[in-house]
Amino acid sequence: MYSLNDFTLAINEGQIFGLLGPNGAGKTTLISMLCGLVKPTSGSFSIAGMTYSDHEDELKKIIGVVPQEYALYPTLTARENLTYFGSMYGLKGNDLKEKVIESLDFLGLLKFADKRIETFSGGMKRRINLIAGVLHNPKVLFLDEPTVGVDVQSKNAIIDYLKKLNKNGTTIIYTSHHLAEAQEFCTDIAILDQGKIYAQGTPIDLINGTLGAKNLEDVFIALTGNDLRDDI
Amino acid sequence: MIYKLYQSICKEFLLLKRDIGGVIILFLMPLVLIIMVTLIQDSTLKNLSNTKIPILLVDNDKGSVSNSVFENLQKSEVFSVVTQIDNKPLTEKMAKEAVFKGTFQLAIIIPSHLSSDLQAKIDQNVETIVSSLGFSDSTAVPKKSKLVSQKEVKLYFDPATQLSFKNAVMSSIDKMISQIETRSIYTAFQEQLGEGTTSFEQKSFISFKEIVPRVNNKEVIPNSVQHNVPAWTLFAIFFIVIPLSINIVKEKTQGTFIRLRTNPVSNGIVIAGKTITYLVICMVQFYMMLAVAVFLFPHIGLPSLNIEGNLFLMTIVAMFSGFAAIGFGILLGTVAKTQEQSAPFGATATIILAAIGGVWVPVFAMPHVMQIVAKSSPMNWGLNAFYDVLLRNAGILEILPEIGLLFMFFVITITIALLYDKKKRSV
Repeated sequence: MYSLNDFTLAINEGQIFGLLGPNGAGKTTLISMLCGLVKPTSGSFSIAGMTYSDHEDELKKIIGVVPQEYALYPTLTARENLTYFGSMYGLKGNDLKEKVIESLDFLGLLKFADKRIETFSGGMKRRINLIAGVLHNPKVLFLDEPTVGVDVQSKNAIIDYLKKLNKNGTTIIYTSHHLAEAQEFCTDIAILDQGKIYAQGTPIDLINGTLGAKNLEDVFIALTGNDLRDDI
Repeated sequence: MIYKLYQSICKEFLLLKRDIGGVIILFLMPLVLIIMVTLIQDSTLKNLSNTKIPILLVDNDKGSVSNSVFENLQKSEVFSVVTQIDNKPLTEKMAKEAVFKGTFQLAIIIPSHLSSDLQAKIDQNVETIVSSLGFSDSTAVPKKSKLVSQKEVKLYFDPATQLSFKNAVMSSIDKMISQIETRSIYTAFQEQLGEGTTSFEQKSFISFKEIVPRVNNKEVIPNSVQHNVPAWTLFAIFFIVIPLSINIVKEKTQGTFIRLRTNPVSNGIVIAGKTITYLVICMVQFYMMLAVAVFLFPHIGLPSLNIEGNLFLMTIVAMFSGFAAIGFGILLGTVAKTQEQSAPFGATATIILAAIGGVWVPVFAMPHVMQIVAKSSPMNWGLNAFYDVLLRNAGILEILPEIGLLFMFFVITITIALLYDKKKRSV
């Protein structure tokens, strides 16, 4: 049993591409492969014409990753975390300092810049987690459920920030369980289940193409059913 | 690359700085350890030389041999002889009970008629030898040989007594009895050969003198400090394995590892950052322990550690020992999935490496198989290098094999960690 099977997908530059699907559909596996964390047992993929086997360093410079976990050092401050992760992308000096301040300011966290992450709420951590993945202005940004477990205000701030990045040329690929959020935010969507793509298109096309569907949730249920997907 | 390495080192130091409790433990505990262990071992030595251990003596002989044993024991600096409990003369039963209860560590039971039977046996033997050589008085009527049974001096030890103490006591009592026997034999010969014969010289013909090595024209007389400081310093250096492996496991469980794996930074840089940071910690630990041994020990009644002319070489040994410990810590952190795996394993492995490396029991005192195993412990290489420098007046060339092995251990463990990680992250 493979997490992804008979799987073909093309994402265009400038898209905000949503990968939707029930638990165990293969979303996180797909994102992990695209980020270079998991090796596919067969098949291949390329990002901006490059593969990890041939251009690992170049590829890692143009991608940004926002994992589902708070991938931050809890005992370091927001500024220290961002400075460290920014420097790993080669950012330095005033350029790095300004980018950190600008991002913290946009997401309403500047006044907490010198507070330790361990004192932050879930929503604040999510926003810092996002900034840490985008400080280097990636061409392609992978986000694994970036708004899970946050309040509406934090969610809106994150979505606004992502829209701004996309406007500046970043292609966004993200997974989510929030169908309403995806409907509003994504330019294109793929609905996955059991390692396969069940449907792909713009949110409007998907809704119009499903009999009786009023929104993306109706499309989702029509394609994946009502059965619980508990599995270990 | 240098910039990323620098930032990695800064991050590691920040993480340590934020964990003040951890840093205190990292620096304070080795100091407490070295002070405590040296104090205990030093006081044990002093106890053995200054404080007399009370032992029970049951004299069923009441003769010259038991008197001699009593006098020798009383004269010794180790024992004080007890012949009564609660003003009652000791019996074998009383002594046995007192020792097995742990009230006394040792009881010596001298059998009855030991002196007379020993004398009779010696007389018989000497007479036989003298007559076979033709020196006997031909007119004398041969004495009828008395049947003398073999005598047994019984020793009762407290079951909790250490084997090394037991062996030392048995050996000194054996020596004492042998001397008495020898003296009696000489006396018997003198008597047999007649009054006019020149008396035998009974002083020991062979004596012992310990020749100790000289460093800077001074004799290096080993003491508890010179043995303990290198051994426990090394032990403390290797305990860096625990915080280091936890640091790596935390990165995996916190998710920061995922970010590092997707960043354009090699694992080599991340590991180099940790290696440099923790090597600095090791060296600070080392110098703190040296400072305590040199400056504090004389104020608490311990001999000062003499590092005159050896500081550079000791620094080299400590640095390479640090490399070996860091390599082990990085490998453990890379392979372990949780702190519950890395911390107990790290602690136990360090203790095992110390035990087989000769930190507690000298390697020469181990069984043959363990002596071979000891040679595979990096702590043994480090300890030998320290002893070479401190006690054997060795130079850099003499310690090269040991520090070479320590560095090789670091290279091998780091290579395994990098390969393991590469296998896991390769796409």
